[in-house]
Amino acid sequence: MTRGLPLGRFRRYRLVLLGLVLLLALALLLGAALGAYPIPPFSIPGILLKGEGVEYQVLTALRLPRVLGSALVGALLALSGAVLQGLFRNPLVDPGLIGVSSGAALGAAIFIVVLPGAGALEVYALPLFAFLGGLLATHLLWRLAQTPWGVQVSVLLLSGIALNALVGAGIGLLTFVASEQELRSLTFWTLGGFSAITWHLLLAGLPFGLLAFLLLLHLARPLNALVLGEREAFHLGVDLEALKRRAVAGAALGVGVAVALAGGVGFLGLVAPHLFRLLAGPDHRYLLPGAALLGAVLAVTADLLARTLAAPAEIPVGVVTACLGGPFFLYLVLRYKREVFRA
Amino acid sequence: MRGRSGVAFMAVLSLLAWAQPYRVVDASGKAVEVRSIERIVSLDGITTEILFALGVGDKVVGRDDSSYYPPQVLRLPSVGYQFRLSAEGILSLKPTLVIGREDVRPPQVVDQLRQAGVAVVLVPAEPSVEGAKRKIRVVAEAVGQAARGDALVRALERDLLALRAFQAQHASRKLRALFLYLRGPGTTFVCGEGSTPVGVMELAGLENAAKGIRECQPMTAESVVAARPDVLVVFKRGLESVGGLEGLLKLPGVAQTPAGQNRRVVAMDDLYLGSFGPRAGRAALDLFRAAYLMDGFVEVGP
Repeated sequence: MTRGLPLGRFRRYRLVLLGLVLLLALALLLGAALGAYPIPPFSIPGILLKGEGVEYQVLTALRLPRVLGSALVGALLALSGAVLQGLFRNPLVDPGLIGVSSGAALGAAIFIVVLPGAGALEVYALPLFAFLGGLLATHLLWRLAQTPWGVQVSVLLLSGIALNALVGAGIGLLTFVASEQELRSLTFWTLGGFSAITWHLLLAGLPFGLLAFLLLLHLARPLNALVLGEREAFHLGVDLEALKRRAVAGAALGVGVAVALAGGVGFLGLVAPHLFRLLAGPDHRYLLPGAALLGAVLAVTADLLARTLAAPAEIPVGVVTACLGGPFFLYLVLRYKREVFRA
Repeated sequence: MRGRSGVAFMAVLSLLAWAQPYRVVDASGKAVEVRSIERIVSLDGITTEILFALGVGDKVVGRDDSSYYPPQVLRLPSVGYQFRLSAEGILSLKPTLVIGREDVRPPQVVDQLRQAGVAVVLVPAEPSVEGAKRKIRVVAEAVGQAARGDALVRALERDLLALRAFQAQHASRKLRALFLYLRGPGTTFVCGEGSTPVGVMELAGLENAAKGIRECQPMTAESVVAARPDVLVVFKRGLESVGGLEGLLKLPGVAQTPAGQNRRVVAMDDLYLGSFGPRAGRAALDLFRAAYLMDGFVEVGP
């Protein structure tokens, strides 16, 4: 790690971003080429041109939506995490803190247990319920945190913790009254994974996901100013209220879509931004796209391992993300520690 | 000569009949056409058992985690837990027919398999004798073995008649039985109406001591004592998970029940007791014998 001139810094940012773009392209290609169903990678173009048969179905109906969906989910979680960490100026913030994940889980649980959840409706109505539950929970938090002087970030965080506890109790209660069949739907849903992603689901979530990207990627400059503190950012001309509104709305949208597509896949939103900071640096102009790319790479790779390591069975993807991200993250932290304390 | 050609003609006819696609209306009410049963993937333990009982076990090329009977299926690759499936994993075994319970998860896996041109037959999952018969018939029709399916159903009915005869001979005070679902000392549930083992228990002529409990709920010590069971019924694997009989008697509330004081515990194989299949009648009879005609701790094998 060179702590040299700013120029070197920028070069490093660009190099890391470029590396991540290439890595993502590689991960997407590998994800599309490898899987439980044995297809020689070099015969893939031929199969796609032929446009029929089981191999074609496996590639286009099963693998492609899954690979693209996991990339979208990983990118959204990581980007939301990066923005919220910047907004709260706290590196330990997980996108779940603004209530969207637990709200989504509660929405899903209500749909499964209270409404006639199981059956044909489950495929589309359940993600929709989860999405709406997440947005509603965040909206409620937002209203709670309103004060005459604008939205208080500390109140937002504290009420988020309270809301998460309440929602946890609600889900616990629903779990208690659920029948065995409902419980299975619930566990499938709360563990999360990418095996339920189909083209229809992906295309339904895509517009909201893109909207979240638009909202969030624009926040790099004001977030950079906010690093100095709220008052300083205000004097630098940052519209704080607009920043908070956009960040929370964008993150709620992004995480809502991610959770609706893949259930509760944890860890990515918290860790991907840190990984980028340790690899390149903290400048939000690079951190936001970088974290999104890194999140996508991690999610696609984790899903690829989850569906190939124990083929024809599948490992829960949360286990893989933790095994993959955890040690790498720890290694970077230790390296960082050595550098700082040697200086 | 004519006889020979007649035989040949019949052989050709039977071959034709054999090669025809089988049609079956499955549990979801869908009419499924099964073109070939050369490669079957079974997504459910009792379905696997039925397939082997129908004589098409050699066609089974994949199973799920709950399929462990008959023992030779353990050699087959498993596609994992039937409520966390992946379509590509199942397709990688190149199946021509996939049979599973109507409540497999996620539900879109069924559509994905059908889109890839695989016949998917869903079997009913209701915990009753009628459910067992319907399960056997659906699986039998799907693999073109309707006659053998009928024979299995008749065998099940015979087992049930034998059970009733036994019960009539040994008419005594009805025993109260409590089914405990155990997955480690910290995870203990009491099961009641609607759960499969309790269904087999009632079939065996035991009174369900867990009144007012639907399916399985976390066990509280006082409710176990209040249920006053004469017999405790558990799965073998469940008993192992709490450290055997001694571990079970140490669970809160168990020692204070008549069953705990007399150490009257029946441990049965999970699949045998826990699913209404072709052996449901025999399972109920074994449970009846273990509860009414034996004392102390009884282990019932499949």
